[in-house]
Amino acid sequence: MSSSTNMAAAESLLTPELLANIGRQDTPRRELVTRRDIRKYAVATGNRQQRYLDGDVAPPMFHVPLFWDVVTMDELSPDGVFIDKLLPKFPLEKAMAGGLDIEYLAPIHPGDWLTATRTLTDIYEKHGRSGPLIFYELVMEIRNDEGELVIREKTTRILR
Amino acid sequence: MNTATANRQLKVGDALPGFTRSCDEIQLFLYNAVLYNAHRIHFDYPYARDVEGYPGLVVAGPLLGDWLHQCVEEWLDGEGELARISYSNRGAAYVGDALHVGGEVTAVNEDAGTAALVLWVRNDDGATLVPGEATVQLGGGLRP
Repeated sequence: MSSSTNMAAAESLLTPELLANIGRQDTPRRELVTRRDIRKYAVATGNRQQRYLDGDVAPPMFHVPLFWDVVTMDELSPDGVFIDKLLPKFPLEKAMAGGLDIEYLAPIHPGDWLTATRTLTDIYEKHGRSGPLIFYELVMEIRNDEGELVIREKTTRILR
Repeated sequence: MNTATANRQLKVGDALPGFTRSCDEIQLFLYNAVLYNAHRIHFDYPYARDVEGYPGLVVAGPLLGDWLHQCVEEWLDGEGELARISYSNRGAAYVGDALHVGGEVTAVNEDAGTAALVLWVRNDDGATLVPGEATVQLGGGLRP
């Protein structure tokens, strides 16, 4: 990592206005789990377990398609992606590797209604050899209608 | 209890069987259709090549993450639960690449009945495209 002189020389890219976005949440989204959607996901991922292919229970990561944003076509950029409205505009824009940390706390079945709430939990900066990097963390908590936490997922993304 | 795995005693260094797979155009299409993901690097080869500079259609990152889950669950064979997993997409994989998905036991906690794993997706060049770690809660015939 960087030397202390680098650290001292570098000015922080993170303004108080930007950091004020920490803690921001999006509107909770509630979605219905269906057997058909579970089956489609199991087939598309090449899963070989019959209980998933039959849609009796959702495989892990089924929450990824369930809560993928559905936006109108005019909200998609020319490369076919949408802008995540929970995120502020960052002074660095080139996305690097991202990481996921997922805790599975309860099974998901067809007929379950699940509610996902995302929170922007952290924004921080590091100085790498090639310049400054901005990290941000998003936590998605997924609960069933009983209020039980089913999945907790933390996404970390790096911008340079 | 599955007889093939009955009373398997786990130890550090045990390898997960894993698998080698490649993602073809059809699977990549179906996967992104299920997500409702229109990112052109996954289906528009001239765009991926000419605009983004990729040598092929890019396999969706979370699909590779899913394969790490499958590697763990196929090894558990119902004798435990995947409790937690972390991974990061460090390098791109392309349609047709042979991808080697595997893992190894790195720690066993007898009291908690858990095991820690290291996981990976590697390509034929030996590059680890997706490093990961997981915690499993052991059950059935799978013992610490």
